[in-house]
Amino acid sequence: MLHIKCPHCGLRSQNEFSYGGDASVKRPELNQEISDKDWDNFVYNRKSLRGKHWELWQHLSGCRQWIKVERDTATHEIFNTLKADEEIS
Amino acid sequence: MQNYSIFSLIKNAFSNHENWDLAWKDPTPKNEYDVVIIGGGGHGLATAYYLAKEHNITNVAIIEKGWIGGGNVGRNTTIIRSNYMHDDNGLFSEFGMDLWRSMSQDLNYNVMFSPRGIINLAHSDAQMNVYARRGNSMRLNGIDAVLLNREQVKEIIPMADFSENVRFPIFGGLMQPSAGTARHDAVAWGYARQADSMGVDIIQNCEVIGFDVSAGKINGVRTSRGNIKAKKIGLCVAGSTNILAEKLNMTLPIETHLLQACVSEPVKPVLDKVVTFGAGHFYISQSDKGEMVMGGDLDGYNSYAQRGNLPTLQHVLTEGIAMMPFLSKLKMLRTWGGIMDMSMDGSPIIDKTHIEGLYLNCGWCYGGFKATPASGWTFAHTIAQDKVHELNSGYSLKRFNTGYLLDEKGLGTKTWIS
Repeated sequence: MLHIKCPHCGLRSQNEFSYGGDASVKRPELNQEISDKDWDNFVYNRKSLRGKHWELWQHLSGCRQWIKVERDTATHEIFNTLKADEEIS
Repeated sequence: MQNYSIFSLIKNAFSNHENWDLAWKDPTPKNEYDVVIIGGGGHGLATAYYLAKEHNITNVAIIEKGWIGGGNVGRNTTIIRSNYMHDDNGLFSEFGMDLWRSMSQDLNYNVMFSPRGIINLAHSDAQMNVYARRGNSMRLNGIDAVLLNREQVKEIIPMADFSENVRFPIFGGLMQPSAGTARHDAVAWGYARQADSMGVDIIQNCEVIGFDVSAGKINGVRTSRGNIKAKKIGLCVAGSTNILAEKLNMTLPIETHLLQACVSEPVKPVLDKVVTFGAGHFYISQSDKGEMVMGGDLDGYNSYAQRGNLPTLQHVLTEGIAMMPFLSKLKMLRTWGGIMDMSMDGSPIIDKTHIEGLYLNCGWCYGGFKATPASGWTFAHTIAQDKVHELNSGYSLKRFNTGYLLDEKGLGTKTWIS
């Protein structure tokens, strides 16, 4: 069982959260020409790191906010959590 | 190579089974091979076998960081089927079914292939329509499919919940009678033994550290047991695909996720079919030892842990009990997890890459075990001929870029309801 510290609600169990994938993926800026390759990278291609991984979770059964979580994908240790609009340093 | 038969069994009984030949050797890696296959799982071993058997390429090494058959081929729920709607999946899998049917004879190794049939349960009229459509598509591709109504399903699996007040009543199901199960370890060992006998080097405890690529061409692989030159390299590393892709500066439409399975204590024969729950994601069969073999959803987040988390297991088994209430009386014997190479459309990739001489076999999601022979056969063809076979032409890497996705069931990296 993972325990995730929601930046809004505090420490809650995994059962309250839904997973949203790699948080480092950036949607291409729409005010410029976007190549198929850029869309491909945004929609499909993922690094899927082994080790520390910034990812999106939604506190579905709590405040319903999207948050960013830094988790180790091999040990499941959670290092850090941020609000959705906070930048990963 | 020593032939396995009733006579060799009797003969060796006289010497207390102490004089059997080793099933495969333990060679030191040579400096150079024509082909190096990375990954000594089912797919890698099958690829090496078909390279030798179908293409006479025997200067081949399989390099494996652990021991052969220790990954997903040793961790799956052993289901074999070809009940797909799309042509690319159906024709590929049905080609594999033919290989499964002759595998024990072909490998001189009893893989205990048991074509007991699979039933996908339907829990609404709409789902019955979808299954009728899929069944028709299967039959057009020469795959056996039978649409069953509620009474017919009840006759075959009376232990399922047919009572009136259930959340997901059984309306019927789609059966593929020729589907079934096989002994997973035997598949790996059978391929390994035959590949070894034809001259393939199986090199265990040999981890890939990096690759030698120059001018867009692969030259070799750097391993924990030294550098190995190779003109062609094939990747069959399932959940480790992204780790090796990173060393090649490739980003792939793959995420690594954890999938759990479990077995109950052994009980007397109760279920002689593979059955899947249609209102969620749960599948069950009974092993020859009597254990109920069960599996379902991914844990739901990127993971390399190779061990599962309890909330998902609880969720999966809740579905199982909803489908077959008697399961609640059983004790759990073992649970385990494996790391899956989940592709973004739920279908695999068997293709060449932008690097000359580098070939990719990955993205098997929930269905890697049943694909073992067809995957090995087509991957061997792709490597040997430097050309994709028509059977795996739908499994191209480019499809994500071009939009020709192969979205059989919407089972990608993200589980449907999570």
